Amino acid sequence: MVTKLIILLVIVLGIIAAAQLMRLYELSSKMRKTGEHDITNRDNRLNAGLMLTFMIALFLGFIWLMLKYGWTGRGEAASVHGHELDWLLNVNYVIVLAVFFLTNFLLFWFAFKYVKKPGVPAFYFPHDNKLEMVWTVIPAIVLAVIIIFGLRSWNNVTAAAADDAIIVELFSKQFDWTARYSGEDNKLGKFDYKLTEDAKNELALMTTESIQMAIDSMESGVKGISKLELQLNDRTIMLTPEDRAAKTKDLGNKEKLIRLLYQMKMKHNSSLDAQAWDDFIVRDTLYLCKDQPYEFNFRSKDVLHSAFFPHFRAQMNTVPGTTTRFKFTPDLTTADMRISRGVEDFDYVLYCNKICGGSHYKMKMIIVVLEKEAYDKWAALKMNGRKAADGSWDAEPATFGHTFHKVAEEAPVEDTPEDEQESTSEELDALVPEGDKV
Amino acid sequence: MAAVAHDAHGHDDHGHHEESFVSKYIFSQDHKMISKQFLMTAVFMGVVAMLLSILFRIQLAWPGESSDFLSFFLGDQWAPGGVLSEDMYLGLVTIHGTIMVFFLLTGGLSGTFSNLLIPYQIGARDMASGFLNMLSYWFFFISSGLMFVSLFIETGPAMAGWTIYPPLSALPQAISGSGLGMTLWLASMTIFIASSLIGSLNYIVTVLNLRTKGMHMTRLPLTIWTFFVTAILGVLSFPVLLSAALLLMMDRLAGTSFFLSDIIVQGEMLTNHGGSPILYQHLFWFLGHPEVYIVLLPALGLSSEVISTNSRKPIFGYRAMIGSILAIGFLSFIVWAHHMFVTGMNPFLGSVFVFTTLLIAIPSAVKVFNYITTLWKGSIIFTPAMLFAIGLVSTFITGGVTGIILADAALDITTHDTYFVVAHFHVVMGLSAVFGMFAGVYHWFPKMYGKMMNKKLGYIHFWITIVGAYGVFFPMHFVGLAGAPRRYYDYTVLGENDIDSFNQIMDLNVIITVFAIMAALGQLIFLFNFFYSIFRGPKTVQNPWKSTTLEWTTPIEHIHGNWPGELPTVHRWPYDYSKPGSDVDFIPQTVPLAPGEEEH
Ligand code: HEM
Ligand SMILES: [Cu+2]
Ligand SMILES: [Cu+2]
Repeated sequence: MVTKLIILLVIVLGIIAAAQLMRLYELSSKMRKTGEHDITNRDNRLNAGLMLTFMIALFLGFIWLMLKYGWTGRGEAASVHGHELDWLLNVNYVIVLAVFFLTNFLLFWFAFKYVKKPGVPAFYFPHDNKLEMVWTVIPAIVLAVIIIFGLRSWNNVTAAAADDAIIVELFSKQFDWTARYSGEDNKLGKFDYKLTEDAKNELALMTTESIQMAIDSMESGVKGISKLELQLNDRTIMLTPEDRAAKTKDLGNKEKLIRLLYQMKMKHNSSLDAQAWDDFIVRDTLYLCKDQPYEFNFRSKDVLHSAFFPHFRAQMNTVPGTTTRFKFTPDLTTADMRISRGVEDFDYVLYCNKICGGSHYKMKMIIVVLEKEAYDKWAALKMNGRKAADGSWDAEPATFGHTFHKVAEEAPVEDTPEDEQESTSEELDALVPEGDKV
Repeated sequence: MAAVAHDAHGHDDHGHHEESFVSKYIFSQDHKMISKQFLMTAVFMGVVAMLLSILFRIQLAWPGESSDFLSFFLGDQWAPGGVLSEDMYLGLVTIHGTIMVFFLLTGGLSGTFSNLLIPYQIGARDMASGFLNMLSYWFFFISSGLMFVSLFIETGPAMAGWTIYPPLSALPQAISGSGLGMTLWLASMTIFIASSLIGSLNYIVTVLNLRTKGMHMTRLPLTIWTFFVTAILGVLSFPVLLSAALLLMMDRLAGTSFFLSDIIVQGEMLTNHGGSPILYQHLFWFLGHPEVYIVLLPALGLSSEVISTNSRKPIFGYRAMIGSILAIGFLSFIVWAHHMFVTGMNPFLGSVFVFTTLLIAIPSAVKVFNYITTLWKGSIIFTPAMLFAIGLVSTFITGGVTGIILADAALDITTHDTYFVVAHFHVVMGLSAVFGMFAGVYHWFPKMYGKMMNKKLGYIHFWITIVGAYGVFFPMHFVGLAGAPRRYYDYTVLGENDIDSFNQIMDLNVIITVFAIMAALGQLIFLFNFFYSIFRGPKTVQNPWKSTTLEWTTPIEHIHGNWPGELPTVHRWPYDYSKPGSDVDFIPQTVPLAPGEEEH
């Protein structure tokens, strides 16, 4: 409190002091009989000099930044199209830098050179069609070049993924990422957000069992319809008006949703269930294989997020209600990058790049790019022994903590994500080349 | 109407207008007073927004360190232990952006100078409708008040960024600022849009109908051309933002699903289905892109005037300048989706927007070269206004060229939503418009207040500001290229995995914050000079900058109807500086052409 008062006091005193100084200054200049607002030759020369000085400082500052942080200020790209985009950036950068230096130079140089000199009148020069033509046409030509190169890359980057691309889903929510690999068939199982069950089916995969499970829990689960009705109708339970309103609203929503779930059940084609069964899910770390094309499908559970892979020069928003896609092929392994950067614990990262809430900045996932051999081992590990002789999948949960097609027979395996993470990273340690271990 | 009324009852009876304090200073319908009201409100809002930016820059440079400065302003709720909270960080960023873009640089800049200069420079007694003009200001005032108040409510101000993309902005469960704070934001902006529409219609009608005798469209100063085109852009684009705001309000309050589909937030399964958050972005940016030119064009207009006057030369390529203004205005309506290259839109559509966006660079380049040629062989007088106008040209170049990189969709993939974008738009829009506004204030201060500002303080202000401004925003390009996403509360999270980028980003963040604090302190010099000169500045002469335009033919004391006698008649374009054959270096627009003299 006292400090606040002192701060305020200092500010007030400062203002008073400044005002007094101004008055003194004005009085003295009145005595010197200089009109305070006439711009003198001295003023002009001073500012002209400063213009030139500033230009030099600006250019030197820029050059210093480029020397210190690298020409475009970014590290090496780690994907096939990334190299192409960096080339494109370099081309653009050269053009843009040329314009930046040239036009700023002309501006500040003229400001310096043509400062008022007593007795030298300005040159009356209202227009010149030829000149204006020149600086319309030249930018147009340069821009045409930029557009042509730019669109060529844009078309490459946004073209459909190669046939052998592995499909991986990246699922975003406040505030983390989950990856779902499409498994043996390279097809992602269908999903519908209404099937979301936090612990058991967080990605809302659609199978005959998951639909039934969702219906059951919506009808008779702890927060199900029958419980809600009971609470709302039981006179012995005291509810605050807000509570009652919230519960009524919740009930209304659930009644609407349950109808949709029944419709879904009717329409569901169980022959597609297998597409979901072989999918496997990882959290925290996304494993990719070097030189392997990937097609990422993006989903969001709640608000907009954006999957931003700065090292791979890739980005795509994730949009609730829609699936978006982006493809790329990593071409430098994590180990390669650690060596080339000389940083032992470097990791690729997937960031969230669309404001999504308070912890937006923490929403990231580590990416590990492996050589093919190591990657295959890891993928086999994830799939290993999960397929029974009859072709059904069971040994390991298809989605976190739950095996859909065995609902009736077994209690769900309580497999915590942390455990799973631990074991994979241990296994993985064995895969990363000796010298690069952290 | 007001103008007609003034004409009707002549002008020798001005003394009889006994005005009460309220009708003179508060509910004034006089364009000069309304202009000053806009300026004062904008100065206040600008100071608030600048302070907010210093608060969050402290967090970015020294994340997690306790600071008395933060706890002084934010208290325990938003800065527990002197450390800014995550949510409030986003709140500060959001309100900073909103105030700067809409309140300072749209309402403030256009409101101040369109009001001041349109009647003066076209030779009119006042705006077409004084009443609507007053309404426009009071709507602006109310919306400013609402936005300001939203900083102080329990759940915090809007926190979804100045673009308030749903679903984040639609769901109070997703972030606390999307509760009452967002409601206030939407209410404030709705009123703001009403203010802007009323104002713009008035400007358009005034320019079209109330030009004095001889003031053809091709004799208008470029200031008026930019205000005119700006007003047209506003009238065509703000209603679209209004519709976006209304639809968003419906989604928030009435359970509709315009922008929402298949959402589970904080464990709650919503029933909304079929809407699209991307639709909102189309609506927003259909305004949003023209909006950036709504901000920029008036600044370009003001600086055209200042540069021509103080180079003692006609603005080079007057007609080409008008052509560029019109071309920019038109093109600005067909580029909006360049803000949405990575939303998953159809790649072909993306290509189209790459093309149209890069087209805009051509008229922009023409303008820059015309400015530079205006300086060439001039006789430059460095008034503080001139310094800022030259600063504007520099930032317009520097920010414009990075637009070319962003417009290349393929490159935007890697730069979208990074600090590279933050650098781009602050330099090209933020700095240029602020410099234009300062140029305007220094140049027309004598006209507004009848006093002179102190030039030495003006010089110090300019040099601190331009050094600070470049110091803040230049390094930001390198922060962005290193891969720093924008709207991050704390960049140390990057250090855990990618130490190189982290070092680059954190070093620069400290430099940026130091420059930001320096630049902010520099603005105190301006504030002091501004307020001191209003009350104690030396009295001005009628035409202190030896300028040709009509406003300098009016008396220093403000009178109703602007000119004591007849309205002036215009005989020439506004840029007859240093015309050969004349013995003075400027010929006011009211001077008839000499026999045999060509217009230009
Ligand atoms: C040469 C002309 C210009 C081009 C080609 C250009 C291009 C772009 C592009 C492509 C973006 C989107 C970047 C992204 O979000 O990833 C952008 C952002 C932006 N530009 Fe420009 N621009 C130009 C000039 C201007 C001007 C003159 C202004 C303002 C007066 C301006 C203001 C903005 C703003 C405010 C944003 C960012 C909005 C946000 O995301 O918050 N730009 N510009
Ligand atoms: Cu996110
Ligand atoms: Cu834009």
